[in-house]
Amino acid sequence: MPAATTTTAAPPPPPLDFKNSDTIPVLPPSKHQPSLRYPSSGSHRKTIYDRSLSRPPSATSLPAFAYLFNTLITYHHAKSGSVSDIETRLNRAGYPIGVKMLDLLLYRQAAAAPGGFGGAGKSGASGARPTRLLELLQFVHGTLWRGLFGRQADALEQSTTKKNEYMIVDNEPVVNTYVTIPREMSQLNCAAFVAGVVEGVCDAAGFGTEGVSAHWAEGEEMWPGKTIFLLRFREEVMEREEGLKAGGGGG
Amino acid sequence: MSYYFTIIGTRDNPLFEVEFGTSKVGGDGIAHFRDEAKHMNQFIVHAALDIVEEIQWTNKDMYLKRIDSYQNNHVHCFLTGGNVKFMLLMNPDPMATTYSAYSTSPPSRPSTARQSTTLLAASPNSQATEEAVRAFMLEVYEHWVKCIMNPFYQVNQVVTSPVFQNRVGTAAKKYL
Repeated sequence: MPAATTTTAAPPPPPLDFKNSDTIPVLPPSKHQPSLRYPSSGSHRKTIYDRSLSRPPSATSLPAFAYLFNTLITYHHAKSGSVSDIETRLNRAGYPIGVKMLDLLLYRQAAAAPGGFGGAGKSGASGARPTRLLELLQFVHGTLWRGLFGRQADALEQSTTKKNEYMIVDNEPVVNTYVTIPREMSQLNCAAFVAGVVEGVCDAAGFGTEGVSAHWAEGEEMWPGKTIFLLRFREEVMEREEGLKAGGGGG
Repeated sequence: MSYYFTIIGTRDNPLFEVEFGTSKVGGDGIAHFRDEAKHMNQFIVHAALDIVEEIQWTNKDMYLKRIDSYQNNHVHCFLTGGNVKFMLLMNPDPMATTYSAYSTSPPSRPSTARQSTTLLAASPNSQATEEAVRAFMLEVYEHWVKCIMNPFYQVNQVVTSPVFQNRVGTAAKKYL
């Protein structure tokens, strides 16, 4: 077959005949168009940037959350076997939420108090980022719990045996409201999800943890669902705390 | 008067950067950096990150004000709760800034009648400048929080949304 030369003009294309597939022109593959469509400035479609960040007056419904949470647990339970595996998965699921909650709550604090935003914030309530460990713990115990559940956590304790362990106690975790644990899995505490949120907050604030875990509180008759969240901070965090305490004297 | 704004993630990786000029009286909204400024701006901003890390544990505020100056470039920083840094580099007279090692900068040309003396960087330490930059940073922070609330946005991912870029541009026109 003679090679086609470029100087000869192309023969006129045959008339389109859709029964004969040879005559249907095939367009060359178009360049890949990005599949995301951004609303043009002319359209009035709302983007996520149009929504307000301040707290909506009505809270989200608990049954809606419980349904979603139930599905989440079922999904992870089907994928994994052991109790600790499910707890790890729930923990991982809550982690990115913690990271985002930290910035959201700090933004709400800052927007509500423009005076304390850039000025010297002395207390943890009006000031901005938590820089010391105690401030961070109070932030988690108060602001984070109120932002998530509408009430403060019940207790904040420091472990007597280890210096880098702290405990936050919740008498009745809201996430466990509609969850019943079968007897063969009695170790499982679905508040591991909340533990993941707390871990995300601590890590994002710069206080790396080795893990935040949720444990049942034993022997508590009044609150059968009492849960203790154990926060274990890393070595370098404790060293930095020591350094700041020695150098700044609490400043 | 030109600005270079960048968002730097927790691993010192840039997530977003934009250049613009002032839209106030006398400006046209477009940055007028020299050619070498393309990489020198990044260099100056990243060198200022060390200063941010030093002071972030003793300073509880989120807006850290002006933290560094280099040859007429002033760097302002804002630190979010998640340890993400918004850095704004401002240069009142980019054409006069040489980046050579010999730091004898040429005498800056007197302000022409076109540029008024109400330029922000003309007095970088003034309260008005700090207030303007703080207001700008707060507005960008609001858009930033909305951006990261996206469940599909992972930590330290590059921000590619043109809507975010438009919002930053609008905030810049409003305050800077």
